[in-house]
Amino acid sequence: MANDNIRNFCIIAHIDHGKSTLADRILEKTETVAIRDMEDQLLDNMDIERERGITIKARAVRLKYTAKDGKDYIFNLIDTPGHVDFNYEVSRSLAACEGAILVVDASQGIEAQTLANTYLAIEHDLEVVPVVNKIDLPSAEPERVCNEVETVIGIPAMDAPRISAKMGTNIEEVLERIVTDIPAPKGDPEKPLKALIFDSYYDSYKGVIIYVRVKEGTVKVGDNIRLMATGSVFNVVEAGFMDATSLVNNGSLEAGEVGYIAASIKSIGDTQVGDTVTNDERPCDEPLPGYRKVNPMVFSGIYPADGAKYGDLREALEKLQLNDASLSFEPETSIALGFGFRCGFLGLLHMEIIQERLEREYNLDLITTAPSVIYKVTMTNGEVQYIDNPTNYPDPALIQTAEEPMVKASILSPSDYVGNIMELCQDRRGVFKDMKYLDDTRVELHYELPLNEIVYDFFDVLKSRTKGYASFDYEMMGYSPSKLVKLDILLNGEVVDALSFIIHADKAYGRARKIAEKLKENIPRQLFEVPIQAAIGGKIIARETVKAVRKDVLAKCYGGDITRKKKLLEKQKEGKKRMRQLGTVEVPQEAFMSVLKLDS
Amino acid sequence: MSDTGIYIHVPFCARKCGYCDFYSGKYSREDSEGYVKAVIRNLESFSSEELSASTVYFGGGTPSLLSSQQLRLIMDSVRSSFQLLPEAEITLEANPSTINDEKLSGMLEAGINRLSLGVQSMNSDELRFLGRSHSPERAEKAVRDAAAAGFGNISCDLMTALPGQTEEKLLCSIDRLSELPLQHISAYILKVEEGTPFFHSGVGEILPDDDSSAQLYLTMVKALEERGFMQYEVSNFARPGFESRHNSRYWKCQDYIGIGPSAHSCHGGKRYAAEADIRSFIASPLQEVYVTDESPCGFEEYSMLRLRLKEGLRLEDVQEHRSDIEKKLPQLMREGYAEFDGETVSLTPKGFLMSNSVIEYLIF
Repeated sequence: MANDNIRNFCIIAHIDHGKSTLADRILEKTETVAIRDMEDQLLDNMDIERERGITIKARAVRLKYTAKDGKDYIFNLIDTPGHVDFNYEVSRSLAACEGAILVVDASQGIEAQTLANTYLAIEHDLEVVPVVNKIDLPSAEPERVCNEVETVIGIPAMDAPRISAKMGTNIEEVLERIVTDIPAPKGDPEKPLKALIFDSYYDSYKGVIIYVRVKEGTVKVGDNIRLMATGSVFNVVEAGFMDATSLVNNGSLEAGEVGYIAASIKSIGDTQVGDTVTNDERPCDEPLPGYRKVNPMVFSGIYPADGAKYGDLREALEKLQLNDASLSFEPETSIALGFGFRCGFLGLLHMEIIQERLEREYNLDLITTAPSVIYKVTMTNGEVQYIDNPTNYPDPALIQTAEEPMVKASILSPSDYVGNIMELCQDRRGVFKDMKYLDDTRVELHYELPLNEIVYDFFDVLKSRTKGYASFDYEMMGYSPSKLVKLDILLNGEVVDALSFIIHADKAYGRARKIAEKLKENIPRQLFEVPIQAAIGGKIIARETVKAVRKDVLAKCYGGDITRKKKLLEKQKEGKKRMRQLGTVEVPQEAFMSVLKLDS
Repeated sequence: MSDTGIYIHVPFCARKCGYCDFYSGKYSREDSEGYVKAVIRNLESFSSEELSASTVYFGGGTPSLLSSQQLRLIMDSVRSSFQLLPEAEITLEANPSTINDEKLSGMLEAGINRLSLGVQSMNSDELRFLGRSHSPERAEKAVRDAAAAGFGNISCDLMTALPGQTEEKLLCSIDRLSELPLQHISAYILKVEEGTPFFHSGVGEILPDDDSSAQLYLTMVKALEERGFMQYEVSNFARPGFESRHNSRYWKCQDYIGIGPSAHSCHGGKRYAAEADIRSFIASPLQEVYVTDESPCGFEEYSMLRLRLKEGLRLEDVQEHRSDIEKKLPQLMREGYAEFDGETVSLTPKGFLMSNSVIEYLIF
């Protein structure tokens, strides 16, 4: 197959700017799917993705298109995750392409996320094809938006196709641009095999399916392939491509092609995104550049609300991990919550998605602890510790310096909200770097922020303070020394380990007060008074009290009918199971959850 | 010969009170006659068991709707089927409005020696709210007439935590009651039970909140004790020696036989209840019963019932749980919920108010 028929590309778009709709239209126009088989937004195949309008895992699909020049083309559309948490996966998906369609909403303009991914695409030498979507909206301003693309990104955009993916307007123009503007892949099918893994998932019949872009050489069924980072070798059972709904075993894949390989791979841990696949007998000299192991940034304890479901939770996490090598977990024990797992996530969204999938797909009732970042602590004896669980935070007397991870944050917003955004960032200990006007009404702000200030609720608050208009993106920028303290919460005089967290000293008082208030609201009055205290070391810095209940009695026990009283006892027994018993204090799971969202 | 108590449920009312969730239906002469026959059939079915009876209790419903003749027939049957002890306590619940001299002498002749009057309040607004047909004055007259007729053991019901009830109003009811020749007061916190007219008309929404109800209850306990009615159970108060012996059977896990639709029994090592259906009760040779508990009076149930009594729970009787309970006592005592003399745990009025939680804390 001649490479110059092939176009490998992805679509870059902000949430809601129409990526999935455009992808669907392209699938439809290329008749990859019969219209009657179309479900809205085919490429996003997880429920949560659809509901949240985001793409979590990349997929790739092969399309056939007969262009106006009369030739047949093979399109490989690689769908990329749209969120900062999956930045590395995005970069690997981009590395599998020669071009990217940049979808910009004709009324909203460019958003922070889009900008970040577009820069990433340009870094990877991709040809960026801008497309202005939603021109059917009355508020559409395609001229202004094209202008913005030119000034902000610096690529020509005035002749960008104006489309409406929803109405199906001008989709063919996009398809023609893919043919004319995006270069065909290079590569020699005769050279030793060199293929990039840009995604993988676990199939219960075939084992791990890896998605690859073949850069050089050929891979055939029966070949022994080697995954270079892990060194493991597998025998290829299937090699082919994906149409819109299923895998098509083609027997081989050649340089320039995008497709899948199935090789009876048992563990997704073997197939790391970014790794290079080569032929075991005839390996390439060196792997493709850019591979790195993805490390979790945010940690949280996940516990079953019902302790008896611990085994179910482990099974569910194991199953999720089959498809998500970036999820890490190890068992941990909490005095307050019993047996659970310390889980590591790429970021906040990743964490929320995992929690939601555990609850929804595995029907688990969970208690999660406040997310924590990894703190770097240098001890007085020179030893360096990385702490991802507040419980393990060392005695302050033994700490020489404590450091916390920082991020470079970029916020795009209408200029009206600059004041609100600055106030928020300042409140979150942000250091202002610069502010640029993208045009008359939109600005881009840069801040350096501690990661632990954005892991709770930063994005929610940002949204609410900008009426939903601001967009936000960040990248990690290393550690910086900080005045950190460990804040403990005591109920009835006992520290509740699951509620401890690490915080900047200046913010400890405010947060301690808020947490005490929230707990007071969420711990029901009970038999005994419950003192709630927040403390740093031995020093109490906030206090609230849940007063004891005064009346809880069945006054009548009469006519010898004690069945009601017995039923009540049974009910009390049941109710007790839903509460966490901490000494004499009963804490409902809502109380643990309530302290996670203090400002919203 | 083993001893038992007999509970006879009289399922008739002239009209239903809004708060009541006991089983009862409209009174008719014809039904009452069929009912009395059925009660007698059921009583006779126990004759072969050779039981003695130290208490009999006519509850309802409105037992005072039965005629003197009907009461006598039932009591005769009790005497022939059981060995009714000479000092037996024989109680009948009566509506103050239905009391007259003729009725009273009929009751005495049948052998009734304890009268429980559904007074509920001595405030006319509260009585109207409760749907009672009597006035405070009518209630006073009923008590005085009963005493004059020869009843030396009279109990009155009193309700607290009524909508709009203040401590003042409650104390006023207590004062008027305590001036009467009575020996016992059953004092309940009003609870709106599911399925009652009060439940459907949303009375639950206008009840005093828990803190105010608690305060009213504590005020009531204090006032009653000051007037010589000593608390012996969560909701029961008596002059010394006049504690209800029949009701005490329930709280002491002693046997009782319940006859009549919806009546409960604890007999022959089981708890069971009769079907709540007057038709089927009248028609069936013997009442249909279903078992509610195959092995009653286990630790949890025994403790829960015992702790309703002021005399409390003797740890000797629950020896294997002694150390668990002793560990939990200090905190309960610190909070003023319980008292402990080294052997017996008993709840204070504050503890009675929280008895569901206190008992749960102690026994689970």
